[in-house]
Parts: sequence; C-alpha cells; structure tokens
Amino acid sequence: MFGNLSRQDWVMFLGFSAVVLLAPILFQPIGAAYPAILEKFCIFGLFAIGFNILFGLTGYLSFGHAAFLGIGSYAAVWSFKLFTMNVIPAIILSIIFAGIFAFVIGFVSLRRSGIYFSILTLAFAQMSYNMAYSVLTPLTNGETGLQLTLKDPRIVDAMFITPGTGLPRSTLFGLEISGGGLGGFYFTAAALIVGFYISMRIFRSPFGLMLKAIKSNQNRMRYTGFNTRPYLMAAFVISGIYAGLAGSLMAAVDPLAGPERMQWTASGEVVLMTILGGVGTLIGPVIGAAIIKYFENIFSGFNENALNSVFSFLPDTLRDPIVKLLSLFVGEGWSLTLGLVFMAIVIFLPGGIMEGVRLLTSLFKKGGNGNKPAVSGQTQPAE
Amino acid sequence: MTAPTKSNIVLDVSGVNKSFGGLRALTNVNLQVEEGKVHAIIGPNGAGKSTLLNVCIGRIRPDNGHVVFNGQTLDSHQPHEINQLGVSRVFQTPEIFTDLNLLENVMIPAFAKRDGAFTFNAIRAVSAEKELREEAEEILHDVGLYERRTHLAGSLSRGDKRRLELGMCLIQKPKLLLLDEPTAGMARHDTNMTIELLKRIKARGMTKVIIEHDMHVVFSLADKISVLAQGTVIAEGLPEEVRGNPRVKEAYLGEAH
Ligand SMILES: Nc1ncnc2c1ncn2[C@@H]1O[C@H](COP(=O)(O)OP(=O)(O)O)[C@@H](O)[C@H]1O
Ligand SMILES: [Mg+2]
Repeated sequence: MFGNLSRQDWVMFLGFSAVVLLAPILFQPIGAAYPAILEKFCIFGLFAIGFNILFGLTGYLSFGHAAFLGIGSYAAVWSFKLFTMNVIPAIILSIIFAGIFAFVIGFVSLRRSGIYFSILTLAFAQMSYNMAYSVLTPLTNGETGLQLTLKDPRIVDAMFITPGTGLPRSTLFGLEISGGGLGGFYFTAAALIVGFYISMRIFRSPFGLMLKAIKSNQNRMRYTGFNTRPYLMAAFVISGIYAGLAGSLMAAVDPLAGPERMQWTASGEVVLMTILGGVGTLIGPVIGAAIIKYFENIFSGFNENALNSVFSFLPDTLRDPIVKLLSLFVGEGWSLTLGLVFMAIVIFLPGGIMEGVRLLTSLFKKGGNGNKPAVSGQTQPAE
Repeated sequence: MTAPTKSNIVLDVSGVNKSFGGLRALTNVNLQVEEGKVHAIIGPNGAGKSTLLNVCIGRIRPDNGHVVFNGQTLDSHQPHEINQLGVSRVFQTPEIFTDLNLLENVMIPAFAKRDGAFTFNAIRAVSAEKELREEAEEILHDVGLYERRTHLAGSLSRGDKRRLELGMCLIQKPKLLLLDEPTAGMARHDTNMTIELLKRIKARGMTKVIIEHDMHVVFSLADKISVLAQGTVIAEGLPEEVRGNPRVKEAYLGEAH
C-alpha cells in the first residue's frame, strides 16, 4: 500500500510532515507559532493543494473554487447544528456536498476550455455567493452567516451528553478542535498531511500522467484514444472535494460560515497562492498559501497609528507623506500589496517560488563544482 | 492485381465531400485500402490529402459520404473511439506532449491501448508499470531515440519529433496507421532510417496509408498509389502504373520533377 513512491518522494513526504508537525516550534522566530495562524496555513495549504490538482495538472484555471470552500463550511456548520459537534460527520457531509456541487459545476463548465471555462466557473461561484446572500437565507442565514445557537437540536449529542450552558465546542471524540487550542492545529495539520500524501500519489499515478498530458496537448490525447472529459471531471471533482474539506476545517476550528467565503476574491486568492508557490509542483502551493496568509496577517494588522509610531523618529513634514503613502499598502490596503507582489512574481519568476528555489540550488551546485568556470550554458537534464 | 473483395478492405472511403466555406477541399473521394498493404496518397500541396485523413480519424465530419473501418461506419464516432478501434495517426505537424519526456510520450498511448478511453488509475505509480516501460523503451530503440528518453519532447528537432510521434503510434500496434508526410523535415539519413522502420512494420502486416512528397519513399514502400488533385482522385493503381500515367505527370510529378 505504501509502496510505489520513490525514495526521493518519501524523503519529501517525511520532511514535509515533520515541518508541519513541528510548526508550533519552528515558526516561533517569525511569530507565527500560535494555533489560529497555523490552522490557516494548513487549511489554505490544503485548499491550494487541491486547486493545484486541477490547475497544475490539467491547466484548467478555475475562478470559482471558493464556492466549494463555502459549501464545505455551510455543510459542516449544519452538521454541528443538526447532529453532533464531532468533526468527522461534518467533514464527511462537506465532502459529499462539495463533491456533488463540483460534479454539477464541472459538468457544465468543462464543456468549454481556456478563458471560457474560467468565466463559467466564476459565474457559478458568483451565483452561489449571491444566492447565499438572498434566496438561500433560510439555509445560510444571509449576511450574518450561519452560526451555532443554544436552540440547535444536535440530535446525536443530545442522546449522549447533557448540554452545558454555553455554546459547545467542536470535538474529535472528546479532543477539543475549536476554541483556539493546539488540538485544532494538529487536526488541521493531520488533514494537510493526508491531503499532501494523496496529491503526491495522484501526481505519480497514471491518472496524474494523463492529466499532465491533457495539459500538454489535449488534441493528441483524443487521437491517442483517450476520452479526456471524464479525466477532467475527475480532476475537477477531486479539487472541489479538497476545497470542501478546507471549508469544513475552517468551520471545525471556528464554527461559523458566511457568504463572503464564496466571493470571487477568495477564488482569486487560491489562484495567487498556487502561482506564487509554483503551479504544478507538489509543495509550492502550500508554501504560497502559508506566505500569503502570513503576510496578510502582518500587513493587515498595521494601521496609520502603527506606522506613525514606526516612523516617529522622522520630522512631521517627512513623516506624514511617508505614512500616508505606506498606509495605502497595509491594513485594508493589503490586497494592493498582494497584487503588486503577484505581478512581480508573474513577470520575473513565472514558475513561482519553487522555480526560484530550483534556480538557486542549480547556481549553488555550479558554484560548488570546483574551480571550473561556470560557462557551460547547457545543463544536462537530470536522470 | 486481384480485385479487392469486401472482406480484405480495412478502410473504405466512399463518396466523401467536404467544403470549407466556398472551398471544395474534397469532391466525391473514394478510397479503398486493403489489409496489410501500404497505400500511398500523393498530390500537390492543398490537394486535400490531410483533409482526407482528418475525415478518417473523426477530426472533421464529411459533408456527405461515409468512412467505413473494418466493416464499421465511422459517421458518429468520436476521435478517441476511432483510435480505440485501431486507427493511429502521425500528423503533418507533430502532435506530441512537448512538456513530457520521451518515455512518457510513448507510454501514454500504451496506456490508452491497455486501459481504454478512461480508467481512474490513481493508486499505482507510473514507475511501477514495468511492462509498459519496457515496451516503450523498445519502441524508442526502434525509432532511434532511446538515448534521449529522459529529455523533454519539446527539445527535439522537427525530424526527431516526427519519429517520436511515429513511435507513439507504433506502440499501439494499430490495425491501420495513417502517416501524414512522416519524413518531411528529416535529413536523408533519418529518412532512410524511417523507410527501413516502415518496411519492418510492413513485414509485420500493419495496414498503412501514407501521404508523402518524397517519391523515393513512395516507390520504395507503396503497394498502391492514389493521386489526389484539387480534392479528387485523378488516378489510382500500382506504382508503375501511376508513374506512367500522363495525367499524373501533368498534375503532379511533371511539376515537381
Ligand atoms: N480546417 C480547415 N478550414 C478551412 N480550410 C481548410 C481546413 N483544412 C484544410 N483546408 C483547406 O483545404 C485545402 C486542402 O488542404 P489539405 O488537406 O491540408 O491539403 P494537403 O494536405 O493535400 O496539402 C487547402 O486549400 C486548405 O487551405
Ligand atoms: Mg497536408
């Protein structure tokens, strides 16, 4: 069962798992070692991994994956409200709903490719977003968002536990998941590691190879005897399920769901994460997700007062314009910074951070190759 | 020459017409390809040769007329279904997977042959498919690209891409192999190598339709030749018959040589 992966892949997998599990220690120097932010890394990492299975392998750029994220969240909160605070049924329900929605949306959207596919997915997501706001209010509780209340039936829990006075917390058979403890982080971390493993297996499988081949030349695939549509459908549904899972984890660590989770900006964010980290690479999307969430956290925390105190050593006449200018990029203006960084990446490093890492290691290797001048332009392809 | 009987006709194109807007690319084209034979289609540029192959593989639908392969009418078949029936094609401009390496390029068609049009095989690893890999390596030997099996297909020269595509078709052991100018863009040495390779497959009894401009290639391979000019078949027969045909000389050979 655990065979079929090369030694290199195992090293990568174990390294990845170790970094994730040790994150509460490793990320202390950068001030990101508390559960709330670590959970975000894991959840959005999972979202991006799933997105990359569609976008990275097949090249089909969906602009509507946040819809599945939202559906996963709503399904999970409903599971908490109706049945039990245990996260396992919530996750299963989210996966089922996200899978069904992905099937329907994929079925229609995959009739087209390229920009038309992107626009169809975007249209579907915006439709879901608007419906969550309006006609579906009985299901979504509109703008306020879906939340737990004391009046929720929770029929399974009601049979076994006498409810406390406050709102209950989500649990994994007794282990607290919501509430900001490390339990929540380790739960999302486990999901990320499992999600990473599955994605790795898909990348190395014949199915994954066929997806890469579709990205490379879909016509050739057809004339080679492949019915490409079900391959694309499978990739779309799998990535939708990843998004649904991410959505349910969001609800698990913080049991509420709002329509803004489905907005196009959220769909765009996962595109940025994937491209920033490296489209079609295994680890890149997770790194992209962590970086964006990390800097979002820092930048959006800044405001004019904070800037004023940073630049307090400057005379007023100089400080005011500087603070005015910089405040455009922090706080609410964080997305402006994100946009600029994104442009820089696409223009200067289209392969994302993973390409940067590759370039650096090859430079390093060349440099370490003794005193031979590094002029041989042609690098031998690695065996 | 023995008259072709119904049973040994692998490909039967009858009364095919195709217009692109006002342009008549094919006019009442009939073509019968016998089992195990190499059938060459020659004719000037723009005669409709590639269009005829496009009709055969379901890339374009004829305005009217039929294509029958092994007794099955292909009127409503999708391209992948036609391939699964046993028709593979080398295109005039190479259609390969430029972002994948040569070994993967050749293994992919082998998967299609073994697993059909769709299989959700996400459990095993490609690296565990030893049999398919060995098969692919053998094919790469045959087309002379084995040493470069880990290179990206996009890095190959035009002639090498063509040979790779040939390998991608050969690994499927198709009943009918369609070759659209397989030696165009190749140096003489590579052309000869390709002829040798095609002769070897001929010995194995694979039916082939080959479009070719190089008369040296045509006359060293073909059992039968159809000459296409302005969308119609103007002559058909054994190589020596066609060579002597004055209409052919006028339409094609005379002009080219
Ligand atoms: N998809 C198409 N759309 C419009 N015109 C086409 C198309 N395919 C081929 N043609 C035209 O049909 C004619 C025959 O083309 P083709 O079959 O490629 O010729 P050949 O392969 O014999 O050189 C040409 O005039 C070409 O421009
Ligand atoms: Mg042509």
